[in-house]
Amino acid sequence: MQKKFWLGWVLLLVIPGLLFTTSCAKKAVKTEPAVKAEDAGKAEAEAARRAEMEKQRRLEEERLRAEKIRADAERMKGEGEGARFEKEMIYFDFDKSNLKPEAQEVLKRKAAYLQSNPNAKAIIEGHCDERGTNEYNLALGDRRASSAKKFLVNLGIADSRLKTISYGEERPFDPAHNEAAWSKNRRCQFKLQ
Amino acid sequence: MGDRPVKCAAVGLCTLILLGAGFVSTLFSAQYDYIDISKPSLRKIPMAVPFLQVAAGTPAEREVATQTADMISRALEFTGFFTILDRAAFLADPGRDWTVSGIDFRNWTAIGAELLIVGKVGFADTTLEVELRLYDTFKERMVVGKRYKGWREDQRKIVHRFCSEIIYALTGDRGLFESKIVFESKHGGSKEIVMCDFDGHQPVPFTSNRSINLTPAWSSDGQWIAYTSYGRGNPDLYIQHVKDKRGTVFSRKGINSTPAWAPGRFELAATLSFEDDPEIYLLTGSGKIIKRLTNSFGIDVSPSWSPDGRKIAFVSDRAGSPQIYIKDLESGREERLTYEGNYNQSPSWSPRGDRIAFASMNNGQFNIFVIRTDGTGLMPLTENSRDNESPCWSPDGSLIAFSSNREGESRIYVMTAFGTDQRRLLALPGEQTNPDWSKGIENK
Repeated sequence: MQKKFWLGWVLLLVIPGLLFTTSCAKKAVKTEPAVKAEDAGKAEAEAARRAEMEKQRRLEEERLRAEKIRADAERMKGEGEGARFEKEMIYFDFDKSNLKPEAQEVLKRKAAYLQSNPNAKAIIEGHCDERGTNEYNLALGDRRASSAKKFLVNLGIADSRLKTISYGEERPFDPAHNEAAWSKNRRCQFKLQ
Repeated sequence: MGDRPVKCAAVGLCTLILLGAGFVSTLFSAQYDYIDISKPSLRKIPMAVPFLQVAAGTPAEREVATQTADMISRALEFTGFFTILDRAAFLADPGRDWTVSGIDFRNWTAIGAELLIVGKVGFADTTLEVELRLYDTFKERMVVGKRYKGWREDQRKIVHRFCSEIIYALTGDRGLFESKIVFESKHGGSKEIVMCDFDGHQPVPFTSNRSINLTPAWSSDGQWIAYTSYGRGNPDLYIQHVKDKRGTVFSRKGINSTPAWAPGRFELAATLSFEDDPEIYLLTGSGKIIKRLTNSFGIDVSPSWSPDGRKIAFVSDRAGSPQIYIKDLESGREERLTYEGNYNQSPSWSPRGDRIAFASMNNGQFNIFVIRTDGTGLMPLTENSRDNESPCWSPDGSLIAFSSNREGESRIYVMTAFGTDQRRLLALPGEQTNPDWSKGIENK
């Protein structure tokens, strides 16, 4: 116990001593004439200030860059969502305009996008495969687009944000003449305005 | 139809020309009941069309004379009523004297010709003079005799006028040769509306807006065409005067489509979906809604008027799949017409009023059928030729134009009302669909 007591006193005396030693060393350097010492002091301060400013500037730059990256990431995430909104379509059975469960899931995602982007407006296009008269298909495409719109309105999207247009069989996604193509053509396509 | 023949006979007596005073005299004209077009008959009347006589005998004149005879043959053959006999079978030429007393009709009856056309062509400078007669070889009498005068470029008109007289004399009907056909033509990313003569000649563009233009429909006087166009970005209904290009655009939200003009009135039926469901409405030719005609949730589309304007046939999926219904516009009653097949579309009411042609899809293929308006007599007109759709009738109800992709790309075809003589009308680059046939149009 007495040993620790002395150890403490030693440290108490030594460490500050070390500190003063270093300080003193600094002071030891400044042995120039008084005027020069003053200038040096000013220059010192100036340099210190500039260094500080530089440091601040660099920090600011860092901060801005980081923020930009964050904002870009946000925006890209938003655009990604928008691209997805336009890319994802819903499909229908032959001669039908009712929404299948998969179509309803896709529409829910679209509703979510529209909720988070309250300024977004969309055009819902109704399409058909080539079978049947284009007169009938114009009406069927219209029914399909209406179906999708009603579903979105029921999920809370304002009617005024959604416009429908039917293209009947006039704009197939896949122009081939087989069921594989036809099933891709019986669709609603969504475009952001 | 009653006053038309008289009016047309009056017009037929005047001639068509630019010189001012062409003249025609009806040398002798009698109406014979050769062809009863209300009775189905596949028999074609054998007809001889020998080379026409020439006035002066110059090479140019001979060429015009040969052409004229050939054009007459082709036009009459088009109707499906006649078999034009091969000239190689002829026993003699009519000779220079082609009056009734001058012709030896035995030369013609011997080869089976029941009708004979003779005539003379005079062609000097640019003036054309044509005299034509139709003889009944067995009765040894003239049926039609006409004389025409005009310019060289009136040749086709002259031929059609004469053929029109023949058809009128033999069937009591008029209008085929002055009628025109409109249709959709898809090429290079756009779908335009094109117009051609009844026989597919001289196609000319009607629209050229590089957009999608659909389902053209002639008014009964041939002065207007209504159609749907995406020219402004939405499927709008365009009601356009053919010559003056003026008109109305009817544009409401949703589809504005499938126009069909009421016979003899400046009104049309069309499918509109601005009330959230495709229904058929009646509009004025200036684009004002008169009233709503159908009222059933689901698709109601493709109206077609009866010739008396009292009923419309249309397509409805109210029973679960597209079928043809008939609505009586006076009583308001709607009745289903088709019960066979589960995909029946594009009805077209015959100008004779008794039958409706339509397209039916079975086993993935479309074929044209006809059915009587009481629902009996269902009969296929096409088969085993891939997809045949969008039938429409010629003005006298003896022919049907339709679209067929039997050759690969969709083309406009023509056949008789019984499904015989199916032949392609014309071929343009791309695909042709959805024909509509006008009545005879007086001023070409």
